[in-house]
Amino acid sequence: MSRVEVRDLAVVLGTRTVLSGVDFEVGGGDWLAVIGANGAGKSTLLRALAGLLPHSGEVLVDGVPLRRLKPRQRARLLAYAPQTPALPADMTVFDYALLGRTPYIPHLGRESRGDREVTASVLERLDLSSFASRALGHLSGGERQRVVLARALTQQAPVLLLDEPTTALDLGHQQHVLELVDRLRLADGLTVVTTLHDLSLAGQYADSMMLVAGGGTAASGTPAEVLTEELIGRHFDARVRVATGVAGRPEVHLERP
Amino acid sequence: MTRLSRPSAPSGDKDAPVGGEIVPPGGRSVAARRAPRRAAGLGLAPASAACFFLLASMLAALLAGAADMAPGKVALQLLDWLPFVSLDSGLAPVERALLFELRLPRVLLAAIVGGLLACAGAGYQGVFRNPLADPYLLGAAAGAGLTTTAAIVFMKGDGSALVVPVAAFAGAVGGVLLAYALGNVAGRGGGTATLVLAGVAVTSFLSAVQTFLQQLNVEELQRIYSWILGNVGGGWDQVWLVAPYALVSVVVLLLYGRLLDVLSVGDDEAASLGLDVARVRLVVLLAASLATASAVAVSGLIGFVGIVVPHVVRRLAGGSYRVVLPISLVGGGAFLVLADLIARTVIAPAELPIGVVTAFVGAPFFVAVLRLTRRVDT
Repeated sequence: MSRVEVRDLAVVLGTRTVLSGVDFEVGGGDWLAVIGANGAGKSTLLRALAGLLPHSGEVLVDGVPLRRLKPRQRARLLAYAPQTPALPADMTVFDYALLGRTPYIPHLGRESRGDREVTASVLERLDLSSFASRALGHLSGGERQRVVLARALTQQAPVLLLDEPTTALDLGHQQHVLELVDRLRLADGLTVVTTLHDLSLAGQYADSMMLVAGGGTAASGTPAEVLTEELIGRHFDARVRVATGVAGRPEVHLERP
Repeated sequence: MTRLSRPSAPSGDKDAPVGGEIVPPGGRSVAARRAPRRAAGLGLAPASAACFFLLASMLAALLAGAADMAPGKVALQLLDWLPFVSLDSGLAPVERALLFELRLPRVLLAAIVGGLLACAGAGYQGVFRNPLADPYLLGAAAGAGLTTTAAIVFMKGDGSALVVPVAAFAGAVGGVLLAYALGNVAGRGGGTATLVLAGVAVTSFLSAVQTFLQQLNVEELQRIYSWILGNVGGGWDQVWLVAPYALVSVVVLLLYGRLLDVLSVGDDEAASLGLDVARVRLVVLLAASLATASAVAVSGLIGFVGIVVPHVVRRLAGGSYRVVLPISLVGGGAFLVLADLIARTVIAPAELPIGVVTAFVGAPFFVAVLRLTRRVDT
């Protein structure tokens, strides 16, 4: 299980400082949910963690600074799925999931039998075996999200960075995807960092939460510590009531003004 | 507000760890055995179909032509030229020379140029993640058009046969480099959108200069147009001229097929998979532009091949660039050999410009393929 530490992370895009002074830690096998208003920099944070944006400060996985790793080595530690992944309509599910093996395949070489076996077993685990030769363009929203997850899992990275994994999914599929992520992380000891815009949902699944606002960390801690009426009122400009639900997890309700 | 409540805590025993551990010692997992044998591999059926198509069209193009030679005798003669075969074809020496010096290099050049353009088109489409990209997108055509026009106008017909190919090659490479430099200056970071816009700007600018040159020298218009519309009748000289560049660019493009597949999921994801996106894009662009420039140098500006052939291949053989690139290479060659056969036979002994044929025959063919393989576009 891999521990993620972030020290004094700052991201400047163009002339705009999007994030600065971000510090946090995620214990090995834990789930951190990053929340924040639209445009607060949640996705930017995730992309910086994945090494996709120039940033200052340090990101360490198990004490190893990612800055010192080659891109391929980094890709074996962190798997990243963007909010709206590009899914080439005529690529098959199997070929797409196989792309996750890229960090293990020689630059101009081709995949080994081992790579295909890993891919096949991931597809089987996500109940996608029967879809293996189907084109991505012929999948439903829920299936697409599972396929993206499969691609991230074939990477066999101990840290999973998921940007809004439930975007555009209906209620049932949101639940399925998050349950799946939770099962996988418990089974494999994956460390998960997600952005989630649904606060109650985030509060139900995450071990810890971080609220991003004003270009930095506004609050972090357990879901009960972060999801308070006062913090949400201030940073989301929303009037809410927070109730305590099952297992002491907070539930956020919108209140009509 | 609807809330999702979380089902009871998962037991976790349903799942084995991902990957390696699931495979029992000494055996392959059930899933692995059920997995497709070859992932994104070059399917045998489409590959052999494309090769058959190429060989058949080359044979047809060798057997038929403006000169009146019996196809049977030509076939015997071709067999006679094979190593360790000795046959009497009954062709007169002059006919044999015509076959060897005109028809054979012409068929080969058509195959090479068609393959280069189709392969380059597929490469451009991969780099720009856009099925509408074609080999002339970045100013190769406009650059070659300008320099060739200049060469024709200023040389006034004298000068060696080398002048036009060299000018066309330099112009095509120069046009692409200009667009690339401009795109990087304007875009910073090498996004593809600015690169395409830079290509549009360079193309219009160079075309404007070319048109101006053309208008000042109307007497050369015929020669300029006949070059632009394309011709693969350059003979052995041109075959040898283009061969080394064709070989290098095609080898590089074919090697990069898998990386283009990785690129197709987007810059961010490709980079998160450990790929140096900017470098892959640059290498493929360079190789595809080299292929385009070499094709243009020996054949003029033949349109339609670079965009249509990869499309048809994608429809018939799947979307992976590991398949699209090699099959476009073979299929593009076959397509242009047939186009040239039509160009030199329909109004024999006169010839149609090959560019006219590729568009005239290619467009309906393309529509037919689109219609036959109709599917839901997403």
